[in-house]
Amino acid sequence: MGESFISAREVAAGVRAGEWTARHVADEHLAAVAERDGEIHAFLHVDPDAVRAAADRIDAAVAAGDDPGPLAGVPVALKDNLCTRGVPTTCASRILEGWRPPYDATVVERLVAAGAVVVGKTNLDEFAMGSSTENSAFGPTRNPLDPSRVPGGSSGGSAAAVAAGFAPLALGSDTGGSIRQPAALCGVVGLKPTYGRVSRHGLVAFASSLDQIGPFTRSVADAALALDVIGGHDPLDATSSPSPQPDHLAAVDSGVDGLRVGVLSEMLDMDGVAPEVVARVREAAEALAAAGAEVVEVSVPAVIYGLSAYYLIAPAEASSNLARFDGVRYGLRVDAPTTNEMMVATRTRGFGPEVKRRIMLGTYALSAGYYDAFYGQAQRVRTLIARDFAAAYERVDVLLSPTSPTTAFAFGDKTADPLTMYLNDVCTIPSNLSGDPAISVPFGTGGDDLPVGVQVMGPALAETDLLRTAAVLEGAAP
Amino acid sequence: MAERITRDDVAKVAQLARLALSDDELDTFTGQLAAVLEHAEDVAALDLADVAPTAHPLQLGNVLRPDVVGPTLDRDEVLAAAPSAEDGRFRVPTILGEAP
Amino acid sequence: MTAPTAPTTIDSDEVFTVEAGGTTFELVCGLEVHAELATATKMFSGAPNRFGDEPNTNVDPVTLGLPGTLPVVNERAIELAIRFGLAVGAEIRPSVFARKNYFYPDMPKDFQISQYDQPIVVDGSIELPGGHVVGLERAHLEEDTGKSTHVGGDGRITGAEYSLVDYNRAGVPLLEIVSRPHVRTPEQARQYVAELRAVLVAAGVSDGKMEEGSLRVDANVSVRPVGTDALGTRCEIKNLNSLRSLGRAIEYEARRQADLIAAGERVEQQTRHWDEDSGRTSKMRSKEEADDYRYFPEPDLLPVTPDPAWIDAIGAALPPMPAARRQAVADAAGVVLPDETVALIVERGQDSQALDAITAGADAARVLVHVSQNLAGEGGASVAPDRLAALIALETSGALTATQAKAVLAEMVGSDATPEEIAAAKGFEAMDTGALEAMVDEVIAAHPDEWETFRTGDDKARGKLTGFFVGQVMRASRGQADGKAVTDLLRRRSGA
Repeated sequence: MGESFISAREVAAGVRAGEWTARHVADEHLAAVAERDGEIHAFLHVDPDAVRAAADRIDAAVAAGDDPGPLAGVPVALKDNLCTRGVPTTCASRILEGWRPPYDATVVERLVAAGAVVVGKTNLDEFAMGSSTENSAFGPTRNPLDPSRVPGGSSGGSAAAVAAGFAPLALGSDTGGSIRQPAALCGVVGLKPTYGRVSRHGLVAFASSLDQIGPFTRSVADAALALDVIGGHDPLDATSSPSPQPDHLAAVDSGVDGLRVGVLSEMLDMDGVAPEVVARVREAAEALAAAGAEVVEVSVPAVIYGLSAYYLIAPAEASSNLARFDGVRYGLRVDAPTTNEMMVATRTRGFGPEVKRRIMLGTYALSAGYYDAFYGQAQRVRTLIARDFAAAYERVDVLLSPTSPTTAFAFGDKTADPLTMYLNDVCTIPSNLSGDPAISVPFGTGGDDLPVGVQVMGPALAETDLLRTAAVLEGAAP
Repeated sequence: MAERITRDDVAKVAQLARLALSDDELDTFTGQLAAVLEHAEDVAALDLADVAPTAHPLQLGNVLRPDVVGPTLDRDEVLAAAPSAEDGRFRVPTILGEAP
Repeated sequence: MTAPTAPTTIDSDEVFTVEAGGTTFELVCGLEVHAELATATKMFSGAPNRFGDEPNTNVDPVTLGLPGTLPVVNERAIELAIRFGLAVGAEIRPSVFARKNYFYPDMPKDFQISQYDQPIVVDGSIELPGGHVVGLERAHLEEDTGKSTHVGGDGRITGAEYSLVDYNRAGVPLLEIVSRPHVRTPEQARQYVAELRAVLVAAGVSDGKMEEGSLRVDANVSVRPVGTDALGTRCEIKNLNSLRSLGRAIEYEARRQADLIAAGERVEQQTRHWDEDSGRTSKMRSKEEADDYRYFPEPDLLPVTPDPAWIDAIGAALPPMPAARRQAVADAAGVVLPDETVALIVERGQDSQALDAITAGADAARVLVHVSQNLAGEGGASVAPDRLAALIALETSGALTATQAKAVLAEMVGSDATPEEIAAAKGFEAMDTGALEAMVDEVIAAHPDEWETFRTGDDKARGKLTGFFVGQVMRASRGQADGKAVTDLLRRRSGA
C-alpha cells in the first residue's frame, strides 16, 4: 500500500514533473480500495473505469505539455452529499437511491479543473445527520484504525478513505462537527472553513446557515492546498464570501512565533470530555508555547449553550430543506392513490429514523406558537456565542480545545439515546453557530491507543492562522 | 417556556411533515423529542429580549444576480429521472384540494 | 415570525349595499393582486421567464429545486419592485426573504420563498379614474409555482384521475400587492385592478396580461351593517380570472354573507372558489384547516437593503403614471371630456401623441376626437403629432371637411405622405364658392317638389329636407362639398 499513502502535494508534483503517471497513482489507490474497502465500507460508489479514464485524461494533458493544475492526478473522495453530474448521489438515503444529478457541485468543478481524479462517493450518516456513520441507509463505515469502532460522522466515509489510504484528499461537509469529529477519530486532518469561504452550491443541504464544505487530508499542508483550490467566491451561492483568498499553502510553514493562543476553558470542563483528551490539549498548548506562541486560558461563556441552540436551529432548517423529497420529481416514489398519500408513503419509507426524528424536531420548533420559544431564541443564543467569540479574539488569535470528547467509540455505544450521540458535537458546534473556521489535527492518542484530535479555532477568514498553528502541532505530535 | 411535548403534538407534527408514524414510533419519538427539548430548557430560560437574533453568520447583504438568461436542463434527461412522467410533464396521482 | 398588522377601512362616496332580513349591509373589500414581473429570468435563477413555451423547457436545477441548488436574487426583480413602489408613492424598505413551508406538487421545494414580515414595498396608494383612493398596505416579492393539468374527469382538479405538472412557471418573479380594505363597490374593485394594471404596465413592471395569468386577483370580502365600524369576518375569493368575474364574485359573496347573518348564522373565515359558469362561490377550506406555514428567514439568502442612490435613480427614470397623464390630457383639452375618453387615450399610450399635437398648435378638441376615435386602430399611435397637427390645420381652415379629414387621417396611418398630398390624391380640393352655388342650384332645379316643401314647410320638414339636399349635393360633388357651406346656401336661396 506504500504509494497510496503519499500526500496530495507529492502526487501532484510527481504527475506534473512526469515522474509517474496519474494512471499509475489511480491504479495504486484503486488497488487499496479493492483490497480493504469491503471491510471498511468507506465508499458507496466507485467506478474504476471512470477513475482510470479521468486519470488518462490528466496524463494526456501532461503528454501534450499542458499543466493539469495543482492537484494533477490527485485521487479525491467525495462525500455522497456532493452533487456529481451523471454519478449517483444518495446522501446515504433510500429516498435518493439511484438519483444522478444533472450538474456538478462547484467544489467538484474546481477540483476537476485543478487536475484531481474523483475516486468515488463516500459513506455518511443519512443526510449528514449523525456522528458515527451508523445512520447510513447502506450500512456503517468502519474505522480503519480499529474496525470494531466507528469512524465518527457524519463524514465518516471521507475520513476513513483518507485514513485507509484510499485517497490523499477527501471532501466532507461540516454542520456541527461532521468534518472535524471523524477526522479526530480517524487520526487525520479535517478543516471546516469559515462559513461562506467555500461555495455550498451542489452540497445537498442539511442546515443551510451552518453547512460548510472542507477537506480531509493526512497533512496540514494538503489541507491548505485543498482550500486554495475549492475556496473563493461563487456567484451561484449568495452566501459565498466575496473576500479574496490568501495563499493558504504559502502560510502553512510560517510558525507560531508571537501568535496568541487561548485554551478554551469551558471546553475542558464539559461533561463527558475524557481526561486523556484534556491532557493532549494541554500538551498541545505547551508545544505551541515551546514554538514561541503566547498561551493563555480564555473563557467563552456562551459556548455551553451551543448544543441546545444547534439542536433547535439545525433540525428546523433541515425540516424545510428535506421537504422537497416528496416523490414527485426525482428519487424514490412509493405509489398511493392520491398525491398527498404518495408523499407520506414515500417519505415514511425513504427516510431513516434519525432523519425523521430531526425533521419532527425541526417542524415542531418552527410551528405556530413555538417559533419564538425555540427557533427565535436559538438564533439569539447564536448572537451571544458570536459575541463571546469576538471578545475572545480581541485577546488571542486562535483558540484551542478538544475536537471530540472521546476517541473512537464502539458500534452501538451511543445509538440507544439520541442525546448521548448529540453530545459528541459539544466542542465543534459553536464554530458552526458563529460561522468561524476550525481545524482538527491529530495530536497523540488516548488510553486505547486511538488518536486524539485537537481543535484550533479562529475568527472569520483566519484560516492561515489555523493552518500554521496546526502545522506546528503536526510537527510536535507525540 | 413551552409545555412538555405531547403524543398529540408529535402526531400533528408528523402530519405537517408528511410522515406516517406507527403507535410505537409515536411513543418513542415523543420521549426522545421531549428529552432533546428538555435539554434545550437552558436556552429557553435565558432572558435574551435585548439580543438580536442571528439568522446568518455572514454580515453581508444585497447579493444580487444580473437578469441574464442562463442554461436550462435537457427535458428528456430531467423527466427520465422522474418517478413518473407523461407528455413532457411530471405525473402525479390525484391531487386532493387546490393549493393554499 | 410575526404576521403583518390588521388593516382599517376608509370612507367612500359610493358604497355597495345589500338588504337582508330588514338590515342593510355594506361591502368592505380588499384585493390581493399577484403580478408576474417583466424580467428575462426567474426570481432566483437564470432560467427564462417566458410564457407559452413547451412544458418543462424553461427549467434549470434551481427551478426544479434539485438537491444542492441555491437561490440567488434577480437584481431586475428588485428594481421592478422598487419601480412599482415609487409609482404608487410607497416607502421602499430593507427586506428579508422567508420560507413559507407547505407540501404541494406544483412547488418544487415544497416551500415558497416569499417576503413575509419585512416586505420591500410598504404603504402606497392607487387613485382610481373617478378620484377614489385605495390604500396599499404592502407589496412583496416571491416566486411563482408550477402549473398542474388535470387528466380525466371533467379536467378540473376534483374528479381527475391524475395530474401532470409543468414547472416552466415555477420561480417566475411575482409581486404580491395587498390593498387595504378600501374597495367599497364591485365597480371600484374592477377600476382598482384596471388602474393597478395600467400602473404596472406604464412603469414597465409587468405586461399585465390577465389572460396569460400575468395578473391574478384574490378578493377579501366582508360585510357589516351600515353604520357600524367593526370589520366583519372575511372570506378570500380565488379564481377571479377577469374583471367581469371579479365584480360578479364580490357582489355574489356580499349577498351570501348578508343572507347568512340575516338568517342568524355566522360567517366562517374561509377560502372560497369562484365558479364563473354557476356564478357562485364555494368553500375550498376554512381557516382551521389552513396549513401551519412555519415561516422562517430563508437561510440561503441575505437581506436586501437597496442603496438610496439606486432608489433615487430608479425614481428619476420613472415615466409619469396614468393618473398624472390623465390630468395632463384633461388640462390640455380645455373642454370637459368624458373620463372614459381621457382614460382610453392614456390607456392606449396615445396621450403624448395628443398633447404634442396640441402643443404644435392644433385645435385641442379636434385632436382629442381624432386620437380617441379615428386613431384607435392598429398603427394609429404611430402618426406623428406634427402630421396630425397639419391635418387638423387643414380641417379648421375649411380646406377639408370633417369627413374628408377623417378619410385623409386613415390614409396617413402607415404612410409618409403629407395630409395635403393625400387630400390631393383623393381629389379633395376645396370647391370654390361659385362651383358650389352652381351645384346647389342644379340640385334645387332637379327636385322642384322637395324644394317647394323646404321653402314653405315648418322647421321639422325643413330639417328633414336639409339632410336630403345636402346628401344630393354631396353625391354630386363626390363628397367634396362642405356640408355646412351647403346648409348656409340652402338657407339663403330659400330666403330665410
